[in-house]
Order: sequence, then structure tokens, then C-alpha cells
Amino acid sequence: MQEWFSKIAFDFRQSFIDSDRWQALLSGLGTTLLITVLALVIGVVLGVLVAVVRSSYDQKKKKGGVLGLLNKICYVYITVIRGTPMMVQLLIMYFVIMASSTNTMLVATLSFGINSGAYLAEIIRGGIMAVDRGQSEAGRSLGLSYVQTMRFIVIPQAIKTILPALGNELIALLKETSIVNVIGMKDITKWAINVQGRTYQAFMPFLGIAAVYLVIVIILTKLVSIMERRLANDGTAKKRSH
Amino acid sequence: MEQQKNALIEVKDLHVVFRDPSRTVHAITGLSTEIKSGEVVVVIGPSGCGKSTFLRTLNLLETPTSGKIIFEGNDLTDEKCDVNLHRQRIGMVFQHFNLFPNMTIKKNMTLAPVQLKKKTQEEADEKAMELLKRVGLDDRCDAYPGQLSGGQKQRVAIVRALMMEPDVMLFDEPTSALDPEMVGEVLDVMRELAKAGMTMVVVTHEMGFAKEVADRVLFMSEGSIIEEGSPKEIFDNPQNRRTQEFLSKVLH
Ligand SMILES: Nc1ncnc2c1ncn2[C@@H]1O[C@H](COP(=O)(O)OP(=O)(O)OP(=O)(O)O)[C@@H](O)[C@H]1O
Ligand SMILES: [Mg+2]
Repeated sequence: MQEWFSKIAFDFRQSFIDSDRWQALLSGLGTTLLITVLALVIGVVLGVLVAVVRSSYDQKKKKGGVLGLLNKICYVYITVIRGTPMMVQLLIMYFVIMASSTNTMLVATLSFGINSGAYLAEIIRGGIMAVDRGQSEAGRSLGLSYVQTMRFIVIPQAIKTILPALGNELIALLKETSIVNVIGMKDITKWAINVQGRTYQAFMPFLGIAAVYLVIVIILTKLVSIMERRLANDGTAKKRSH
Repeated sequence: MEQQKNALIEVKDLHVVFRDPSRTVHAITGLSTEIKSGEVVVVIGPSGCGKSTFLRTLNLLETPTSGKIIFEGNDLTDEKCDVNLHRQRIGMVFQHFNLFPNMTIKKNMTLAPVQLKKKTQEEADEKAMELLKRVGLDDRCDAYPGQLSGGQKQRVAIVRALMMEPDVMLFDEPTSALDPEMVGEVLDVMRELAKAGMTMVVVTHEMGFAKEVADRVLFMSEGSIIEEGSPKEIFDNPQNRRTQEFLSKVLH
């Protein structure tokens, strides 16, 4: 028993403390989180653009024209991105499209952002479509413009369904970034691979990063559910006076 | 000349065709009419004859396939026409209220006038309270739509439209989604509006209301008006066989 404990303590020290490996772990964590957050921002921007194009095209009576072309482009984008593996997209971005760039952070955030935009577009579009058509008709009938109606009436209601899904996309992104070592980035997964290579220890580094991912995911999940509850309460449950 | 001056809305040979991938529906088939200022027009007809489509086309919620809609001298079907501007002067009340569930009653009412710079927030708040008082709901100004009964919701929907100080109000079956005991309170509000001189176009199945309040009744069938006249003419002495059939069904 005692032997076992001291082995654990030794393994732990070797994996996390020696050669200041914890510092490398922290910097790896920074890389992981930075890619995740930047990719989500790019994804949201792309997602909103594509969703607005797709849903305003759906509403339009006369098809064709510039909007029709944009809609086709969006459709191809979504189909290609959702139909190919993330790893392959990352490799293509790094070795083909941006072969001349040495900025791996740029390559990774673009690649993950473009990927997540395709998924978010459908989530955002779904959120917009889920708002009763009568809502935007009421807005338009009061004289509000399309943009005002979207901004004040439709989007705030759509966010209720979109925000939790956005949280889930953030969680998925975080986990997916663990493949960035294929383009030579030093995220936490790469850190574990390195430690294992140096110390021939697998247990501590790999379970260690699993725990790190898990803790972040649990925290994010908690935040999402708090947010969901807040949004569900908004306006309907509070202040029932009669 | 006098006639022309009084026409608030002119509809000329209106056609509306819906093209779904699966089918084509010719919902409005050459409809022409005039709505005069101050007039209360009630539209009746069997289900699916195009009453809602007609009403919704008046403020371009549906796009005319051909024909013209002239509102206060402006052709709404003209490409260059700023529809948003004219919609401010055309109030609309829907069967399912369409209140904004994420806003308080007061906010529902003040959003459009404030955003469209017709009023400051303070002016709009004051006006909202005044209108809510008129329909007996001033104590519910901070409630959310989800906390109101159907009849209360529809009364709010009416005063929300009135906030824009429209020149005409369109009602699409405003009492059809209500429990029977709430129909009266909504019709009362509409009756008062009519008395105050508001121009109204009302699609309804409330024949009692039509008889009492309407200046003119339009009977629609298969996308056009096939008979029109005073309530007395239409209800007591309908000429068209389809009007007779329809009335004998709904009046008994
Ligand atoms: N957006 C649409 N797309 C396709 N068809 C439609 C659309 N809106 C209405 N229609 C069709 O147009 C016809 C007229 O419909 P409309 O709703 O105007 O009738 P209505 O007289 O209001 O009927 P109800 O009394 O049932 O409300 C119907 O055949 C309907 O199915
Ligand atoms: Mg209808």
C-alpha cells in the first residue's frame, strides 16, 4: 500500500513538477482555450451571416438574384464542412490552403471557426425559424423594418433556443481542439504526448489532461444550465400579481 | 371628385397566387373595392375564400401577384414605395394576438412608436397608459402577455396598434381564438373605435357585430367579392345564391 502511494507520488512529481512541466501544461491550456474561444467567435459571426442569408432567402417570394447566389454558396459551405472530418479540414487548411503561413494559431482558429460556423449556422437558423411567424408579422405591421423586427423581436426570442446550443458548441469545440498537435501546436494534448515521450509515463499525463478537459466541460455545462434557467424564467414566471 | 377624396384605400383588380412546390393556390382572383375614410367594412365568407389573404395584402404582408393597392394616394405595389412608412398608418390585429412575449405590456406598446421616432419614451409611456386605461387594463401595464387572459391580450393588441395612430385598422378574426365569455369585451372595444370614427376593415364570424356596426358588408367567395351592401341588404335580402347558402348556415 505504502509502496503504491510513493510510486504515485513519484509519478506525479515526474509528470507535473520536474523540469517545471506544470508551466508547460499551463501554457498548453492557454493555447487550447485561446483556439476554442477565437474559433467560437469566428463561428458565431459566420453562423449569423449564413443563417440570415438562408432564412431571408426562405422567406422571400421571388427566388434567384444575388440572394439566391449567396444562398447557394452557403449551402455548399455547410454541406462540405459538415460532410468532412475536422482533422482533414485542419490538414487541408495547414498544408494546402495556407501552406505558406507559419502562424499555426491563425490556421487553427480559422479552421475551427469555419467548421463551427457551419454547425452554428443551422442552430441559429433553427432558432430564428422557431420564432412564430406572427411575431415578425406583428413587428412589420407596426411599421418596423426587417432589421428592427429581427433585432428587437425575433432575435431576442431566438436567443432562448440558441444560447444553450451555443454553450454546447463551445464544449464540443474545446474537445475537438485536441487534434491541433497534427499541425505542431502545443496544446494540452501535445503536452501529455511530450511528457509521455520524455518520462515513459502514460497514466499521469493522459489522465491528467482528461481531468483538465472534464473539469472545464463540467464548469461550462453548469453555466449553460444556469443560463437556460434564467432564460426560461424571463418574463413568464416572475411577477405574477393576480 | 368627392368620392375620390374620401377613398382611403383603393384595391384594383387584385390577384394573389401562392406557389408552393406542391401546389398553386389562386387565393385572390381579381378583387376590386374601395375603403372610404371613417367607414367600417366587415368581410364575411366561407373558410378558405381568401378573407385573410385580402386583409394581409392590404398592408403587404402578402405580396400581390398583380393589381394595385392605393393607400392615401400612394401605390403600395410600386417598387419605389416605402412600405414601412405606410404600414405605420395601417394598424393590424391578428387572430392570435401576436403580442411580444418577452416584453411587458407597456413595452409591447411603446416599442414601435419609440423606435420609429414618432414619440419619446416618456410620451409613449404616457400614451400607453392612457390607452390602457381606456380598455380597463392600466393596472396590468407591467405584466407580461403570458399572464393575461385571451380577451385581455386582444385588447392590448388593439391598443398596441393604436399607439401608431393609424388611419385604418385591419382585424383578422379578432375574436375567433377567444373563449366565448371573452368575445364581448373585445367587441366592445371595437365598437367604441368604430363610434370614434376609425376606419376599420374587419374579417369576422360575429354576424351580430356586423349587423350592428358595419357600414358595408363584403361577401367573398373563391377569392373575390361576389356581393356587397349594407348589413340590411346582405343579411335580410341576399341576392347571390352562395351568399344565401352561407348565411343560412351561419345564422342558424
Ligand atoms: N402562405 C400561403 N401559402 C399557400 N397557400 C396559402 C397561403 N395562405 C393562404 N393560402 C391559401 O389561400 C386560400 C385562401 O386562404 P385564406 O387564409 O385567405 O382564407 P380565409 O378566408 O381567411 O379562411 P379562414 O376563414 O379559414 O380563415 C386557401 O386555399 C389557403 O389554403
Ligand atoms: Mg382567415
